[in-house]
Amino acid sequence: MSIWLLVHPTLAFLAAPLLPGIINRTKAYFAGRDGQPLLQTYFDLAKLFRKGAVYSRTTTWLFRAGPILSLGAALMAVVLMPLGELPTVWSFQGDFILLVYLLAVGRFFTVMAALDTGSSFEGMGASREMQFSMLAEPVLLVGLAALARGTGCLTLSDIAANISWQAWSQYGEGLILIVVALMAVFLVENARIPIDDPNTHLELTMIHEVMVLDHGGPDLAYILYGSALKLWTLSVLLVNIMIPIHTDLLLLNVVVSLLGVLCWAVVVGVIESTMARLALIRIPQFLVGAGALSVLALILIKK
Amino acid sequence: MHSRIDIIFTLIILANLLLLSSSRLGTCINVAAIQGLLLAVLTLATRTDEPLIQTSILILSTIVLKSIVFPQLLQRAIRDSETRREMRPYVGYAQSIVVGMVVLALSLWLGSKLPLPNPTISPLALPVALFTILVGLFLIVSRRKAVSQVLGYLVMENGIYVFGVTMVHESTLFVELGVLLDVFVGVFIMGIMIFHISREFDHLDVDRLSTLKD
Amino acid sequence: MLTLLFAIGLLVFSGIAALFAGRSPLISTVIGVSGALVSCVVGLVPAIRVLSLGTVESFRTVWQVPGGSFYVELDALSALFLIPILGVSAICVLYGGQYLQVYKNENKLGWAWLWVNLLIASMVLVVVARNAILFLVAWEIMSLSSYFLVTFQYYRKGVREAGWTYLIATQLGTAFLLVLFILLGESGGSLDFDHFMFTHGSWSGISANVLFVLAIIGFGTKAGFVPFHVWLPEAHPAAPSHVSAIMSGVMIKTGIYGLLRTLTFLGSPPEWWGWLLIGIGMTSGVLGVLYAIAQHDLKRLLAYHSVENIGIITLGIGIGVLGISIQSPQMIALGFAGGLLHVINHAFFKSLLFLGAGSIIHATGTAEVDRLGGLLKRMPWTGVTFLIGAVAISGLPPLNGFISEFLIYVGAFTGAIQKTTPLAPLIGVIASLALIGGLAAACFAKAFGISFLGEARSQHAANPHEVGWIMRSSMLLLAAGCLLIVIFSPRLIGMMSSPIAVITGLPTTSLLMELQPASDWLWTILQVVSIFLGLLGILATIRYLLLRRKQVELNVTWDCGYVQPSSGRMQYTASSFAQPITDLSRLFLGTSKTFIPPQGYFPEASSFHTDTPDWYRRHIYGYLFSGLCWLSSKLRWFQHGRVHLYILYIAVTLLLLLIWNLG
Repeated sequence: MSIWLLVHPTLAFLAAPLLPGIINRTKAYFAGRDGQPLLQTYFDLAKLFRKGAVYSRTTTWLFRAGPILSLGAALMAVVLMPLGELPTVWSFQGDFILLVYLLAVGRFFTVMAALDTGSSFEGMGASREMQFSMLAEPVLLVGLAALARGTGCLTLSDIAANISWQAWSQYGEGLILIVVALMAVFLVENARIPIDDPNTHLELTMIHEVMVLDHGGPDLAYILYGSALKLWTLSVLLVNIMIPIHTDLLLLNVVVSLLGVLCWAVVVGVIESTMARLALIRIPQFLVGAGALSVLALILIKK
Repeated sequence: MHSRIDIIFTLIILANLLLLSSSRLGTCINVAAIQGLLLAVLTLATRTDEPLIQTSILILSTIVLKSIVFPQLLQRAIRDSETRREMRPYVGYAQSIVVGMVVLALSLWLGSKLPLPNPTISPLALPVALFTILVGLFLIVSRRKAVSQVLGYLVMENGIYVFGVTMVHESTLFVELGVLLDVFVGVFIMGIMIFHISREFDHLDVDRLSTLKD
Repeated sequence: MLTLLFAIGLLVFSGIAALFAGRSPLISTVIGVSGALVSCVVGLVPAIRVLSLGTVESFRTVWQVPGGSFYVELDALSALFLIPILGVSAICVLYGGQYLQVYKNENKLGWAWLWVNLLIASMVLVVVARNAILFLVAWEIMSLSSYFLVTFQYYRKGVREAGWTYLIATQLGTAFLLVLFILLGESGGSLDFDHFMFTHGSWSGISANVLFVLAIIGFGTKAGFVPFHVWLPEAHPAAPSHVSAIMSGVMIKTGIYGLLRTLTFLGSPPEWWGWLLIGIGMTSGVLGVLYAIAQHDLKRLLAYHSVENIGIITLGIGIGVLGISIQSPQMIALGFAGGLLHVINHAFFKSLLFLGAGSIIHATGTAEVDRLGGLLKRMPWTGVTFLIGAVAISGLPPLNGFISEFLIYVGAFTGAIQKTTPLAPLIGVIASLALIGGLAAACFAKAFGISFLGEARSQHAANPHEVGWIMRSSMLLLAAGCLLIVIFSPRLIGMMSSPIAVITGLPTTSLLMELQPASDWLWTILQVVSIFLGLLGILATIRYLLLRRKQVELNVTWDCGYVQPSSGRMQYTASSFAQPITDLSRLFLGTSKTFIPPQGYFPEASSFHTDTPDWYRRHIYGYLFSGLCWLSSKLRWFQHGRVHLYILYIAVTLLLLLIWNLG
């Protein structure tokens, strides 16, 4: 049993940088390009780890601590998130609250590091990041509350174990709403296209990327790896709801869930290719709408 | 049975939320049309014990008026007056959704307090009816363009329809048809008015009609 | 119990002694501070004893006042509130000892020490008093001594106005309390609290509801519930920082204490009390933090955050009360435990933040966030402790704010998955807690990021000096308190069972059973958090090893290649940082903007200014008081200065009273 505890963290630590690769390949396919190699994020990480760094004279130790804290928080978040029926190292009532707040810690210190540079661009990014995440957090927690109400459980593992095809037939309409709301959170938290463009090249239009403009070398590698892990964590959450596979064969379940995560990355690529970026002032509306859906889900799941 | 009706109710709620959050008048009109279709489906699902002829008249007139005639009229009105968007509503879209959620909570609470005459139909029926009526009212109050206000009026009538279909049992047909007729005349007159206003004044902002007084 | 009375006596005595030693500011300070420190340490002993053992100690003697008796009692609920009252105040007083030295030429420090020590003594008396008269007297001493502390810099006009606002607000609150206690006393037959409790069964529904609403208004004014919060953002910036720390961190909690104590008199609550409390918690929490985010003055910002945190505490209490009425022991235990723990937590981090703000004022002479910047380099100690406070108040792990918010969350979640609970308030709790958390993080990203990071935005912040070691160490003590609460939280949560037993009347053992799983969760959280911290160490080491042999350069921040190095004034400001959020919530805030755009080809003067005045102050109280003024001006003909007619009034009044009495 104990070996199973380590399966998901290990897989995630190894495979997380694959997800941005898949998304980018999908986007490239839709744009009619060949695109970067699937393993591009690994190459980037390897390159950055070997580099030195340039720091601004304005910055303090907080600037250097930011990437460490955001990566650390993302690593812990992965460990707390179960993949399907795989057990997690820690599981307690309300563990998803800790997970959400760990991600918030990472974000808070990323913002701190951005403000530490004294750059107007990074200040702008920091301000936007805080605004959107403040709206995304209630959506995520109310959505999780709806899941908890549906399954009657308060730990992520139990929730994942109790969402089954039967649950889908009982309160499927609620689950659809939750999935849509969480998808919105996913797009916001991971700086994906209708909200933020990870590939944009104008500082004024960026949200997440602009905050890390001044980071380089191992610091940037930490940030890249951390955001890949965050992408993985939230993908797993969505896949746990959408593909509730509970056969007797644990290995089969794990493999199916993993494939689900990879397919989800393709879906994200499709979403990014087919949607235009929202105007910045529309994003709060988008998130409030998602919040309305998650509240509606909580109401509809009568249990 | 229950869950099927609940899905319809959920979709009606979602349509209301969409109406609150969209600034494009064309989209809003389409959403209202879809809501009309949903009402027809709702009638089909709930009215299983009544004479077929009554139900089919009701359904047909609902579809024709709510999903075809009214939307066409309004689409034409916005095409002729060239108002594509609700520009500056009195209450912003994000805030409108928040208001919508508060109204939904209120109608759920009211729904749990008011006694239901027919316990077999979903407990969501009364809240959804109230919610739709209130959303319609809110649209009338909070939007600037005349078209949005007509839409609000339509949505309000949809709410009354939900109420009628799920609650009232005797002679629903006549009540509903009477209301539909009223709405029809109302929308027709407003459509003509919108057309004339836009021809005379080059805009459709209702608040500026106040300059017409004395 | 006698130890505690001795501590109160010592506080009063050292305050008076400090006043008489007022000729020498130094001696006066030494007497005041040392008296307060000794008595706080002495007083903490019985408090901790009672809290850990769950016993009750009382003392009663006659007091020659009609209806009054000197009846004091120390139970677990009082002991819990004594911990911030004595512990946090002591640290703030220590800080004040050095902080006030700047003012020694302009002010008489003797008075300041008298009022501070009286304030602490009266707060202690408020939570142990078990007689309505004694309680109200202590309550009034508390209000008045804090009023005199708020008006410490009475020679400034703004300060005097803030003082007036505070005085009027607090007296209005007391008026409601007076009615509350008269009603309670009338039916109980005595003004001693134990008589109130014996009348449990005799309250009819209506009067219990009236009493509850009176308590909400009366105690809510002290605690700072929206819309009774208007005095907080005025009084806190006016007062000296250590006083703001005591008032905001500690004194407003006496309002919460009073509310909880009143709940013990009123018997089992109907469901709508829980709804009302949760509603108040939601509005206070969300509006408090929204107003905070729109402020430019650091201390005003912190004052609004007190409103927010009182909101969080009320959410916890609301879940507990809802739990009582729907008989869910889990919600009772988790809601009250979270709320009570947040009382202590907020005392620590809010005082810490106010002391930090005091240090900034001390060093730079301004609390305007937009004029600061880059302070972390010059004031590392203040910076790090302020950061700890900021993380704690934003409810982020691994600090103590997270622990109490976590408990309230789980309380709401356990309610939400039960079938019978009303769902709407719980959705409200979850959504508003999450929103408050996000907004608070944004607000403190702004408060800390703009004032401590980047470059200096004005001359004020260009050359600050780190504050003295006494001030530094008191901030360190509070920061350490924030960490220690986390480490001991699994134990502390068990200790909450006896105060909750006092509030709800449930047996301690069953509450302990309900809290046992919570203690296990907190252990797990501690594990996760310690692994997290260990992981951070590992990551930092890896980074160090990676960069050891590499080229590490220093350069300017990326500025799009401008030739002119960007000055501090080009940075993002606090107002611009907050602008998206204030714009989004303009429906609630009513932020006014004055903008003079740059004009012409060679624009010279242009300016932009935003101001967020308190809507409630202007629109509710403004009209209320101007209406009162109008009404009383109509009565002015009555007061004309002719003495013989005044005598006639008195005679007529007496006559009417006589007739009324006989008739």
